[in-house]
Amino acid sequence: MPAADIAAQLETHRGYLLRVAKLQLRDEALAEDVVQETMLAALSGSGFSGKSSLKTWLTGILKHKIVDAIRRKQREPVIASTLDDECDIEDLDELFRGPFSSWSTPPADWGDPEQALNRREFFDMMDFCLEKLPPNTARVFMMREVMELESAEICKELTITANNLWVILYRARMSLRECLEKNWFGGGEARA
Amino acid sequence: MLLKKILGHLINCKHATRLVSRDQDESLGRVDRLLLKLHLAWCAACLRFDTHTRFLREAMQKYRE
Repeated sequence: MPAADIAAQLETHRGYLLRVAKLQLRDEALAEDVVQETMLAALSGSGFSGKSSLKTWLTGILKHKIVDAIRRKQREPVIASTLDDECDIEDLDELFRGPFSSWSTPPADWGDPEQALNRREFFDMMDFCLEKLPPNTARVFMMREVMELESAEICKELTITANNLWVILYRARMSLRECLEKNWFGGGEARA
Repeated sequence: MLLKKILGHLINCKHATRLVSRDQDESLGRVDRLLLKLHLAWCAACLRFDTHTRFLREAMQKYRE
């Protein structure tokens, strides 16, 4: 395939890559750098075998570039201190009350949530909910769920304990669930 | 029925939701797995939370694609 065609094909995925990078890095300029590096690596590399989709292959490259960028950023003390704050779970305790620590507001019935997966607007809402998470919480959640890194790898990259990781992922899931329930599954229009 | 309820109360909802989340990231030990199972057999709210958590994973996989 001529290089120009490859470049054009890569370009169609730029938007997606940028979205993922921004959510993880919370730094627009850095996200653009990382995506640019990914594009260059993809153009110069011969690693694409055609066995996986181009998008999957690009996501794989992006994953490494993001991990490198986080590793560099990790040396900045700001990240480490906010990460500690996000590991505090006390504020989530108010979701439960009574002698049995049962739900203050039990989760609602989402009906058949699978249907939402066919709708573009649902993923826009997911972006909205992800952006509402504290920055490091979103970053860790994306590393786990989008990049599919194992728990041990994430702990190693971010130098956090396994316990911190569970707390952060728990917080992310609690918040996302609540946000989706409030803004998507709770509203009548979304289900129609 | 009463026994089931008592067993279901061995862990509370706060504890159960933490186990549900951890279950997504590593394999729970035998005791935790049993305690969670007993709780979910009794608690409809946490069972929903479990369903929603699994759905979140599925949705994030779709998000990537």
